[in-house]
Amino acid sequence: MSTTVTTQAGPRLWHAKEEHDHSGGATMIGFWIYLMSDALIFASLFAVYGVLSRNYAGGPGPKQLFDLSLVAVNTSLLLASSITFGVSMLAMAAGRTGRTMFWLAITGLLGAAFLGVELHEFASLVAEGAGPHRSAFLSSFFTLVGTHGTHVAFGLVWLVVLLMQIGKRGLTDDNRRRVMCLSMFWHFLDIVWIGVFTFVYLLGVIR
Amino acid sequence: MTAHVVASHASHGHGSKRSLVIGSALSILLTAIPFWLVMTGALSSPGATITAIFISAMVQIVVHVACFLHVDAKSEGGWTLLSFLFTAIIVVITIIGSVWVMYHMDANMMPR
Repeated sequence: MSTTVTTQAGPRLWHAKEEHDHSGGATMIGFWIYLMSDALIFASLFAVYGVLSRNYAGGPGPKQLFDLSLVAVNTSLLLASSITFGVSMLAMAAGRTGRTMFWLAITGLLGAAFLGVELHEFASLVAEGAGPHRSAFLSSFFTLVGTHGTHVAFGLVWLVVLLMQIGKRGLTDDNRRRVMCLSMFWHFLDIVWIGVFTFVYLLGVIR
Repeated sequence: MTAHVVASHASHGHGSKRSLVIGSALSILLTAIPFWLVMTGALSSPGATITAIFISAMVQIVVHVACFLHVDAKSEGGWTLLSFLFTAIIVVITIIGSVWVMYHMDANMMPR
């Protein structure tokens, strides 16, 4: 009798753990593929900007509109948030829940500051009469930079929800997997921003 | 079992302190250089500045992918690297191809 119980319980337990571990691995590669598809969305928006970025329709061009010192602040904030996320991942690997949450919160604050600066920039452009409807250049600018900003905003929502989940349940396997996915998402957004500040802002001011 | 789970998770994504420090230092440098070049106009020719900022961006993307996203030939059995390279090729074709095609459309079809 007891042998039947162990043989029944044994494989089932082993099976469940193996399944879980396997699905964790599949999540990471699946999320990576999603990020790659997101990269293609950004590629098409970059292509649109590349094609339209000189069509000012008699309106202001990048030289008159872009404030590089503001962009430098913005870029530093996003880069710093990528680094603090890395610190949080190391804390998570060490199994230190409080430290992980602390650095995740700092990451969130830096991300929110980035978004604040970007919204301030958008608002002042619109106030100057250089809104998305002014020219093809500005339409493509707002679409590309706005899509990136929207990603950051959703990343922030995800981050806050994740902080609440870690606060409630701790660093469970599920929460670890979620933090790792968000980490990939966050670093990916920083990579897209490298393209934005080079291709849109720096190149726009030079030419 | 817990140890096994932690170990298998560590193999994709946590990274090490070393890669974080190297990645951070390089990306700060590779961000500062292009901004400094453009904001001070240190290089007199615009062509040289454009080349420099593009090289900085390319190198920094590789640094981020290697040091922060930990993409190498070993992670996920090489599938992350393979899908990344595939995407990178499509991204380059999309951007350069669109600009190239539209430039020639403009040059050849606009009434003059």
